[in-house]
Amino acid sequence: MIASLWRFTPLLILAVVWEAVTWMHLISEFALPRFTDVLTSFATLVQELAYQAGRSMLRGGVGFLSAVVFGVLSGVLMAWYRPVRILIDPLMRCLYPMPKSALIPLTIMWIGLGDASKMTLIFIGCLLPIVLSSYNAARGVEKILLWSARGMGATEREVLWEIAVPASLPEILSGIRISLALSFILMVSAEMIIANNGIGYLISVLGEGGDYAGMFAGVITVSAIGFFADRVFVMLTNRILAWRE
Amino acid sequence: MGSVARSPLDQRERSQGASGGITISGVNHEYRPPRGRPVLALDGISLEVADREFIAMLGPSGCGKSTLLYLVGGFMPLQQGRIVVNGKQVTGPGPDRGIVFQNFALFPWKTVRDNVLYGLEKQRLPKSEREEIAQHYIDMVHLAGFEDSYPSQLSGGMKQRVAIARTLAIKPDTLLMDEPFGALDAQTRSLMQEELVSIWTQSPTTVVFVTHDVREAVLLADRVAVMTARPGRLKEIVDTKMDDLPQSEVMKTRKYLDMVDYTWNLVREEAIAADSEKDR
Repeated sequence: MIASLWRFTPLLILAVVWEAVTWMHLISEFALPRFTDVLTSFATLVQELAYQAGRSMLRGGVGFLSAVVFGVLSGVLMAWYRPVRILIDPLMRCLYPMPKSALIPLTIMWIGLGDASKMTLIFIGCLLPIVLSSYNAARGVEKILLWSARGMGATEREVLWEIAVPASLPEILSGIRISLALSFILMVSAEMIIANNGIGYLISVLGEGGDYAGMFAGVITVSAIGFFADRVFVMLTNRILAWRE
Repeated sequence: MGSVARSPLDQRERSQGASGGITISGVNHEYRPPRGRPVLALDGISLEVADREFIAMLGPSGCGKSTLLYLVGGFMPLQQGRIVVNGKQVTGPGPDRGIVFQNFALFPWKTVRDNVLYGLEKQRLPKSEREEIAQHYIDMVHLAGFEDSYPSQLSGGMKQRVAIARTLAIKPDTLLMDEPFGALDAQTRSLMQEELVSIWTQSPTTVVFVTHDVREAVLLADRVAVMTARPGRLKEIVDTKMDDLPQSEVMKTRKYLDMVDYTWNLVREEAIAADSEKDR
C-alpha cells in the first residue's frame, strides 16, 4: 500500500513546483492560479462539484454502459453471422474515421438539449472501439478451441456464448477500457458546448466568470474521477481474467 | 486405476457391433486459398480401420494427415468421398469422436475440473454423475490436486493430460489424436505414451493417431499408414503389432527395431520428395 503510494511522488513534486512558480510570480495568476487557491476553491465548491459530477456520471454511465452492451453484442454477432456483418460493417467503416465531437451539434439538433443528446453522443463515440475489438477478438478465436467444443457436443450457439465470447474477453475488455476514457472526453466536451449542468458545464461557467481557481478545481475533479474509473476498471479486468498467467 | 469397473461410465455402453471402426473411401480434399491456385491435400484416400484398432498416420509435414483426421472428426466439409464411423456417415463434429490436439486446445478460462466437465455438461448427465466422472478421469491422468488450477498454471505434459482426460470423459467410440505429444519434451512424451497405452489397454477404442515420429507410431499402433508427400496418398500400410510386453521391453526387441527401420525408410523417401518439392 505504502509502496504503491510512492508512485505518486511525481504528482506531489508537480504540485510543489506549481505552488512555487505561482508564489514567485513566474507565471501570471490569470494563466495559472495558485495551487493552494485551487485547494481552497475545491473545499468551498465541494458540494457543487459533487452534484455536477453526479449529473455527468449519470450521462456518461448510461452512454458508456449501453455502448458496452450493444457494442459487444454487435461485434460478436458480426464475427459469427454473415448477414449481421454485411449489415453493420459498412456503418462501422463510415463512422470510424469521423471525429465524434463533430456530432455534438447534430445530436443536439436531433435529440434536443437535454441529457438524451449527450448520452447518445457518448454512446456512439464509445461504441466503435468496443465493436471493433469484439469483432476482431471473436473472429480471431483459435479454431481448435471452437472445434474442441463442437466435438464435445456443443451446438453452434453454445460455442459462440460459452467459448468464443470468453476466449475473446481479454481483447474485448481492452476495447472497453479505451471507450471508458473516450466517454470522459465526450462527456466533458458536450457539456462545455451546451448544457445547464454537469462538470463540463461547471468548468466552462467558472472559466468564463473569471474564477480560474474554481475552474482548475473542476478540471482536477473530473481528472481524478476519470483516473479512478480507469483503476477500478483495471482491477475488475484483472479479476475477470484471473485465469491468465 | 483399478476403479474403472466401478465407474458410472460403464452404464453408458459404447455402441458396439459389426459396424464398428472407420471406413474412408475415395476421399479427396483441396485447399482453396482466397488468392492463388487450389492445393490438392488429399488424393484418393481409402482406408479401413477395424473396431478398436489403433492406427497411426505417418508422413512428412504437409502431407494432409491432419486434414484427414479433421475430416473424420467432421470439422471440415467433405468435398469428395465418404467417411463412415461406427456405421454412421460423418456429416459434422460429434461426441462419438473425441479429439486431442497438439496444442491441447484447453479452455484457458476454465479450471482443470471445468475443462473436463464441459463435455459432460453437453451430454446432459446429472450433476453428481458428471462430477464423479470428471474426478475419475482427473485421477486417471494423475492430476488429482490440480482440479482448481487454470491451464496457464500447468506444464505442457499436464495440459495434455487434461486434454486427454477431457476427451476420454465423454467416452467417445473413436479417439482422434493430432500429434498429441508433438509439443512435449522427450521425457514427458515417453511417459505420456506409456500412459496412453495403459489407458487404451484398459478400455480400448478405435484410435487414429497422427504423428510424424516414426518410433512413436511403431510403438503405439497396431498398423501404421504411411502417406506420401503432397498430394497425400496412402503409400503403404505397415503391420506394427508388437508383442505384449512393457514399452521399455518392446523397444529392445529385434522386431521393433526392424519395423522402425523399415517404416523410417518409407517415410524418408517421402520426406526427401517433400523437401525437393519445396525447392522447386
